[in-house]
Amino acid sequence: MPQHTFTVNGKTVTVEAPADLPTLWALRDKLGVTGPKYGCGIDVCKACTSHLDGEAFNPCVTPVSEVAGRSVTTIEGLADGELLHPVQQAWLEQDVAQCGYCQPGQIMAAVALLRRTPTPTDADIDAIENVCRCGSYFRVRQAIKRAAELMRGA
Amino acid sequence: MTSSRIGRRTVLTLLVAAPTLTVAGNLLDTPTADAVLPSLPAPADILDLGDVLILAGTPTAHMLVLRVDPDGTATLRLPRAEVGQGITTAAAMLVAEELDLPVERVRVELDDARPELLFNQLTGSSNTIRSVYGPIRNAAALARARLLAAAAARLRVPTGALTTRAGVITATDGRAARYGDLAAAAADPKLFVGLVTPKPERDFTVVGTPTSRIDARAMVTGKQRYTLDLDVPGALPTMVRRAPTINGTVRSVDNEAVVRAMPGVLALAVIPTGVAVVAETFGQALDAKEALAVTWNGGTVDDESDDTITAKLRAAAPGFGGPPLLGRAVDAEFDFAFVSHAPMETNSAVADVRADRAEVWAGLKSPINAQEGIAKALGLPVDKVTVHVTQGGGSFGRRLFADAALEAALVSRAVGRPVKLMWSRVDDMRHGRARAASHHKIRAVHALGNVVSFEHRVAGVETDFGHGVGDAITAEAAQLPVAGGLVFAQVVFLTTIKSPYNLGLTGQSLTEVPLKMHTGSWRSVYSANTRGAEEIVVDELARSMGRDPVAFRREFLKTDRQRAVLAKAATEGQWGRAMPAGFAQGIAFHEEYKSCVVYLVELDARDPADPRVVRATIAVDTGRVINPRGLESQLLGALTDGISTTLRAGLHIDRGLPLEGSYSQFHYARQKDSPTDVRIFTMPTTGTPGGAGELGVPAAVGAIANAYARATGRKPRRFPLNFPVDFDPFPR
Ligand code: FES
Ligand code: FES
Repeated sequence: MPQHTFTVNGKTVTVEAPADLPTLWALRDKLGVTGPKYGCGIDVCKACTSHLDGEAFNPCVTPVSEVAGRSVTTIEGLADGELLHPVQQAWLEQDVAQCGYCQPGQIMAAVALLRRTPTPTDADIDAIENVCRCGSYFRVRQAIKRAAELMRGA
Repeated sequence: MTSSRIGRRTVLTLLVAAPTLTVAGNLLDTPTADAVLPSLPAPADILDLGDVLILAGTPTAHMLVLRVDPDGTATLRLPRAEVGQGITTAAAMLVAEELDLPVERVRVELDDARPELLFNQLTGSSNTIRSVYGPIRNAAALARARLLAAAAARLRVPTGALTTRAGVITATDGRAARYGDLAAAAADPKLFVGLVTPKPERDFTVVGTPTSRIDARAMVTGKQRYTLDLDVPGALPTMVRRAPTINGTVRSVDNEAVVRAMPGVLALAVIPTGVAVVAETFGQALDAKEALAVTWNGGTVDDESDDTITAKLRAAAPGFGGPPLLGRAVDAEFDFAFVSHAPMETNSAVADVRADRAEVWAGLKSPINAQEGIAKALGLPVDKVTVHVTQGGGSFGRRLFADAALEAALVSRAVGRPVKLMWSRVDDMRHGRARAASHHKIRAVHALGNVVSFEHRVAGVETDFGHGVGDAITAEAAQLPVAGGLVFAQVVFLTTIKSPYNLGLTGQSLTEVPLKMHTGSWRSVYSANTRGAEEIVVDELARSMGRDPVAFRREFLKTDRQRAVLAKAATEGQWGRAMPAGFAQGIAFHEEYKSCVVYLVELDARDPADPRVVRATIAVDTGRVINPRGLESQLLGALTDGISTTLRAGLHIDRGLPLEGSYSQFHYARQKDSPTDVRIFTMPTTGTPGGAGELGVPAAVGAIANAYARATGRKPRRFPLNFPVDFDPFPR
């Protein structure tokens, strides 16, 4: 079986898996990295959102062979040790999470948005497609705005 | 205290006696408006479903376990499910309050199934806080009293000379002892503590303070563990191929050898619900189950589609005949589609079944019922089945049923190894549970400026209550203020549905149409549709009588408490302010679970096929609020549920199966459908806590529908309002 070497949250890993195995299952089932969640497996719900070389990607539809030689960041790799990323900090301040299941994906999507657009408008935030079945959207929106402030050093 | 126990690490463990909960017979304020014709109290005014379940749980309400450990932390074992509603945080706050311990030092663990709790391990009917408010305070107060008694003995001073603060007991002379150091002494059964009463509510410093979820940090760092994140040794990814129609069964598997030879596939088994595949990864299990060629037997509703079901429902709700003899009738008929619970975490469970015992992990709101069902299916004694309750990724009623836990147990037995079962999203929507479709006929009659009668006849596809709520109701049936001979569904209907208004002679009834489909209570059970529809008719009644919707409600609501909430929302939401063309405000009221709420929304319906709620103002009175932040979360979630189910989200049934199998097809709201401005106002906190988890949905539905009517001039009659099949369904 082919081997695939890449980094996950800064650590180099090698997994043995069919080339077309979605990265989500390489992470969850082979590497025990369970932060990214399954919600649909077809790039609709965005619960699995993580970063590939710093940009948002959906590991449920990205074959593991495609991430070989590249750098994957999951929710577990966002904080700097005990020091939370400003987006995580804003999420705590706004107490966004209800069941929490969508939140790793929401947070990784927000981080990617703020990297591209440091001062997002409501329309920019509307473009985030991540489903939150608990309906926490308004707090997600407020937390993104708060994170933007934190990141500007406000 | 009924007993105490010293375990290995356990130092002070209390199994504490709590007083019985009492239910006030008269929950109605005296009607004050004398211009209106008072309606008699409905059964739900006297005893609601939450009361029934609390009464059923009362004999065991004292069986809460609270532990104080040498590290100075307290751990409560909560016999309830946490699925996002924030009850572990509220429970931790209650412990912290009585124990004088910071919330961060209180842990809350979800109890395994405990059959001795009988009906007191059910999470539903918005009754968790209502049912545990007293018992948790009593348990924590007793723990504090024992710690004080132990400190008094150690420091040789009377307890009256001691104070507790932040986990430390201090004597007047300045000497101190930490809870952790007293935990062993406090557990001594010979220790004398007198009569213990919890703190008076006026002294609360934690309860009522906005507090963040105790698990928030775990959630934002990816450390929160859900069922499929557990590391149960040897448990392997498992998925099930299901029939092309609901309740279809396997006749034959036609390519078993081919599938067994696929990469990663480890085992395959036919079970009553389909063909299970166990593989090294979920990706491989999914590929293999898709590759299966199966010949199926038919299901239980193969001939049913939306049109046949709607026709049955319409026929089941009797009409009102010709015009009334007296006065003017406002008539309306409504149809509501099936709605998937669709929690983000699909049905999932881990099971390890051996010859003589079984162990199961899942998000379960009725774990005792799950344990009994699994024991029966496996032919094991109940005490050989251990059921662990894991934190769930959403529920909305879904996890009252143990479908996944039972299925995982059957697969584990069939393949002879532990399994980690996950339903695909497609299966979760098509073969999971749904809120039953319903039809409503309402007639309100007014004459001479008064409403003389209000009648509502509901027909619904049968809702399955086979998850333990039915048993709890039966146990309390003798105490119900309704006639005997009712089936569960009617009891639930009558203990949840009531009109908050004086609308003269008022009647509400339910007829169920039995269809063998997978249904289940969906956040607020019958109220979302039933009370939502009534709030639409209230607006139409007001219009027919030439009245403003808020002025009408102010006049016809029954109590000053209700009117205060209405006034708050109307003022803060600037009711009546000028809106651009295509926009409108809408308002609705709902009262249930000893709480009341008003939603006032502003809708942008310039494109009636794609309306958006742009602003919402919510006012709520839930009696005593434990955690205002948690309450607001619940009301926000209910708003999103209202937006989704009123405007776009539903299931189309087509020849025995829902067509929807994805959030791209079942249009639950996304960020772009949500308001950019939401403000929530809580009335001053008093008395005991009311329920809040389901409270908001009916008012949100009513407010959004009423705004749609005012913005578009169209009468909202079929829900969701925009419901095309705008997708290519997945193959069956
Ligand atoms: S699981 Fe990846 S988008 Fe839904
Ligand atoms: S917090 Fe539950 S799905 Fe978003």
